[in-house]
Amino acid sequence: MSQGINNKVVILGMGCSKFGERWDASPEDLMLEAYSEAMSDAGIAPEQLDAAWFSTHMDDVGTGRGGTPMGIALRLPNSGVTRVENFCAGGSEAVRAAVYAVAAGACDIALALGVEKLKDTGYAGLPMATVGTYIPQWYPNAVAPANFAQLASAYSHKHGIAMTELKRALAHVSIKSHANGAKNPKAHLQKPITEEQCLKAPVVAEPLGLFDCCGVSDGAAAVIVTTPEIARSLGKKDLIAFKALQVAVSNGWEMQSNQWDGSYVHTTRIAAQRAYQEAGLTAPHNQISLTEVHDCFSITELVTMEDLGLSDEGAAVKDVLDGKYDADGAIPCQIDGGLKCFGHPIGASGIRMLYEIYLQLQGRAGARQLANPKVGLTHNLGGQPSQNVCAISIVGLLDA
Amino acid sequence: MIGITGYGGYVPRLRLSREAVGQTNAWYAPHLMGRKGTRAMASWDEDSITMAVAAARDCMGAGDDRSHVRTLMLASNTLPFAERLNAAVVAGALSLPDDIHAMDMGGAHRVGLSALAQALSNVQAGQGDALVLASDMRQTRPASSQEMDYGDGAAALLLGSENVLAECMGSAVVSVDFIDHFRATGQDIDYHWEERWVKDEGIAKLMPQAIAAALAQAQLQASEVNHFIFPCVFPKMDAQLARSCDIAPEAVVSNMNDTVGDTGAAHAVLMLAHTLERAQPGQTILVSQFGSGAQAMLFRVTSAISAFRPARGVSQWLAQGVVERQYTKFLSYRGQLQVERGMRGEQDKKTALSTAWRHHKATLGLVGGQCRVTGSVHFPPSRLSYDQGKPLQDTQQPYKLADRPAKVLSWSAEYLSWHPSPPHHYGQIDFEGGGRILMDFTDLEVGQVQTGTPMEMVFRIKDTDDRRGFTRYFWKATPVRSGITPKEGDAA
Repeated sequence: MSQGINNKVVILGMGCSKFGERWDASPEDLMLEAYSEAMSDAGIAPEQLDAAWFSTHMDDVGTGRGGTPMGIALRLPNSGVTRVENFCAGGSEAVRAAVYAVAAGACDIALALGVEKLKDTGYAGLPMATVGTYIPQWYPNAVAPANFAQLASAYSHKHGIAMTELKRALAHVSIKSHANGAKNPKAHLQKPITEEQCLKAPVVAEPLGLFDCCGVSDGAAAVIVTTPEIARSLGKKDLIAFKALQVAVSNGWEMQSNQWDGSYVHTTRIAAQRAYQEAGLTAPHNQISLTEVHDCFSITELVTMEDLGLSDEGAAVKDVLDGKYDADGAIPCQIDGGLKCFGHPIGASGIRMLYEIYLQLQGRAGARQLANPKVGLTHNLGGQPSQNVCAISIVGLLDA
Repeated sequence: MIGITGYGGYVPRLRLSREAVGQTNAWYAPHLMGRKGTRAMASWDEDSITMAVAAARDCMGAGDDRSHVRTLMLASNTLPFAERLNAAVVAGALSLPDDIHAMDMGGAHRVGLSALAQALSNVQAGQGDALVLASDMRQTRPASSQEMDYGDGAAALLLGSENVLAECMGSAVVSVDFIDHFRATGQDIDYHWEERWVKDEGIAKLMPQAIAAALAQAQLQASEVNHFIFPCVFPKMDAQLARSCDIAPEAVVSNMNDTVGDTGAAHAVLMLAHTLERAQPGQTILVSQFGSGAQAMLFRVTSAISAFRPARGVSQWLAQGVVERQYTKFLSYRGQLQVERGMRGEQDKKTALSTAWRHHKATLGLVGGQCRVTGSVHFPPSRLSYDQGKPLQDTQQPYKLADRPAKVLSWSAEYLSWHPSPPHHYGQIDFEGGGRILMDFTDLEVGQVQTGTPMEMVFRIKDTDDRRGFTRYFWKATPVRSGITPKEGDAA
């Protein structure tokens, strides 16, 4: 086992734009919002950034490919900007690159910034992606809601849980996130919803309705990382350190073999175990204070609770309905509203998750502040249940 | 002995209600009100190629390794490609050998019988078994009688010299330029001359010539014909022709006009396939069709008839029909009603032909790769196996999945993307014996499948590229409704 990343790198500053249908803002404007807040939080000058990683996914409607969109938008001093892209997990990937660069000693201070401008397509939902020349010749013209909705059919079948009961739990997932989002001024969706609204909403992809789907949002988020020593030398206290950064990527086993049963996300289970080991967590369900998971759809959040080991297999429906993941529950999930309500600007989402954990651990989360959180986990999933990129990060107080 | 060794058919699941068509168009064409019955209606993802593949699979079943077929003739006047061998698409879907003699045939309305006659000559000449496919999906004008009369469908006959179940006794043809209808190259819809003239000067004069010649060749009297097949949309024309040829009235075979409609180039062969299901050893079948002249062929049924049965057969396809009363659905499927697609419908469907060729065995034939060491099945096939922790290189051998039993692992039906027939249904399909594909579903309503529902594969249109006029095909999953479910080990 490698030495891992535990406690080698800390957060120097973070920023996050307002998420939402930002008709007023270009991708460059969104980047600047997140960057300005992060730089101000870090208290450094652009010349102090040794390198930068830039996450964006939908280049056709957003910023274009390469590092130049960020270099130009932020007028960086000819910094080394590298664009990274890993589906919806690209934000976490940018963070991983920056953290690794600092841990390696190659950089003293590094920036990771993610942005997505989704609302210039002219239609609802995610933009249509291109997938090369072979896949369209056999693969369905798949869309995210129906890809993830399949978790519901397989989960219901495997655990013998009636779809009506499962849908009630899924409604609870969304109601909880809406309640949380209502306390977050940067969230895309800030209105509470009722169970009736949820269950009566139009179907998007059987069995998921409108309120089972996350927001499709514009937004940007940024993090500046450095070593604990440099952070202290810059006068920072209550340092938040990376305890684990893990990425697990499908190799086609779920998609092609007959062994995966379709009811869970295989890579989440692998990444979680690796992350717990890297962070030295032996009883994660007792040690993790809060999670920000990839709730692109309500069913994704529900199965993720099991895949992370926070709920026993088949027990997430009960745990969710019992309020275990509510704001006042044992392990609050999506205290900022999550993808569901904070929003999901793809390339920024992984960093937005980190932003909330960072605020919570520093006691700066305002109306939604939790009591004494120590360790937070982010789970950032790109792709679909049957083949995906799963990034799990664990952060906590450096000295805890 | 030379003759038919197997038969099959295909009638699309949807049956358009003539009453529904008549009611919708009553403001304009009141004379079309009151028409009874249904006509077969291809789904949006079907055409003359896909229906031909369905008929061939009905004929040959899952157990036939198909390597004995040396000739493939695809007869149709509505083949989707003017240049690109349509029969080669069919051959690819059926995974027939590459060195097969495959050809498209068209022109005459009776081209199905022309192909049958030609293929029998090939067999006679010692060129091996032949597969004759006849398929048509004719475009018609809204509020025309043809829209009501025509139907979509296909039929298949396997010809050979062993286990012949119907021996060819005689074959005759009249080839003249009698134009009851025509369609110029590049046009979609036929132009018809007056019905009374067609009947009196065409059918009544030309058909008896061919029938008499075929009977003479077979050394049979007209009264000895047990089954008389003459497809025609004109009411009672079949009975009138039988009478004029001294064929017994009870020999006249139902032309399925009330249920299927006239399937054009396919119809004589489809009626023959239907008749063979109930024909008894020793009986004679006279199959004939009109068009650019006349053609007639005589078969005598042998004792081998009882040893053969198609996977489903025309009777079961008829029984599986679902009445469709949405006339606008029919028009939309035919491209005659431009429904709003939304921006998601603007997606480019360009096909990379170099990619298509690189993977043509997999995509056309639904051929995966089975690891010869572990038995694991891969789709698409790959150089490295997915075996966890021990991927094996270059161990996969071709493994056809198209005819294997399968079931649903997970599914959804979504209303977000543009789809010609929403919702867009797809899911993960697990094949018995190994193999998994995330694939489109077709011919079903929401609620008809769940995890575990048995499914079968059908060859369908994947996408149409309207900008360039290209159609790409792939396989889809549909619920197993009835008929013979392929068994594990049956498939090639």
